[in-house]
Amino acid sequence: MKAKIHVTLKTGVLDPQGKAIAHALGNLGFSGIGDVRQGKFIEIELAEADRAKAEASVREMCERLLANTVIENYRFELSA
Amino acid sequence: MKSAVVVFPGTNREHDIADAIERAAGARPQLIWHRETDLPKVDLIVLPGGFAYGDYLRTGAIAARSPIMHEVVRRAEAGTPVIGVCNGFQILCEAGLLPGVMLCNASLHFACHDVHLKVETSQSLFTQHYASGAVIKVPIAHHDGNYYADEATLDRLEGEGQVAFRYCAPDGALDPAANPNGSARSIAGIFNRTKTVLGMMPHPENATDPALVGAGGGSTDGIGLFRSMVDALA
Repeated sequence: MKAKIHVTLKTGVLDPQGKAIAHALGNLGFSGIGDVRQGKFIEIELAEADRAKAEASVREMCERLLANTVIENYRFELSA
Repeated sequence: MKSAVVVFPGTNREHDIADAIERAAGARPQLIWHRETDLPKVDLIVLPGGFAYGDYLRTGAIAARSPIMHEVVRRAEAGTPVIGVCNGFQILCEAGLLPGVMLCNASLHFACHDVHLKVETSQSLFTQHYASGAVIKVPIAHHDGNYYADEATLDRLEGEGQVAFRYCAPDGALDPAANPNGSARSIAGIFNRTKTVLGMMPHPENATDPALVGAGGGSTDGIGLFRSMVDALA
């Protein structure tokens, strides 16, 4: 099984890198650029075959390491 | 004062802080590799500056889950004083010994220059050699020093006297222009509830050697912090 995990900054947390990206897109001539937020995408291969167990395990990975829940949210999907 | 400096792959200020401790205490700290699972019996544990694990995932995140950190957290919770400087502060936050987290500097730039700090309290084992409200000059050198915590946590830190240092103007004024990284409420360093754990972004260890003071800058204002710890713990 594979877990695809998205980690993003919470609303309201300053994202200077996102702001820099928005600025650079503007420099390239893209118009209508609103708020840009940068996040992380993590893929993990899992030996676990039981979906519920895999979900519990990935949630714990996110809580304990992959996201800092003071500033970040996470979501993930599992695929075969 | 017996002390241990924890070294992670990517740590680079361990010798600077060992020099500063030796200057104040007369005894050199032991360097402890992060793969160790036990610490010698010491009066002080130090997490130095650097870029542990290349700041992968988040600054301090991987280091905070290193084998030695179980023991650092256990000792800290049992009352052994711990100081984390720069990357060490980031690791203390990631390890849950201090609240909050460090974001990328608001400027997006690495900041490397002297700053002025207001000592918020002399009532701690780390700051007793300074007067409350004193202004000291020490350098910073970081890319991710923008202290962030939610408003309730910031209120609690201020209410319980857990703010150790704030960035300020040379005259002590809390000028936003003197805040080098965008830190919430100009916070440069904080204590835990019992004031036995201190985390700070600036480098007091790099303001302890008279040979490094000259027309271009420098300071020995950081030595007070090391003398404070020696007096409290020796």
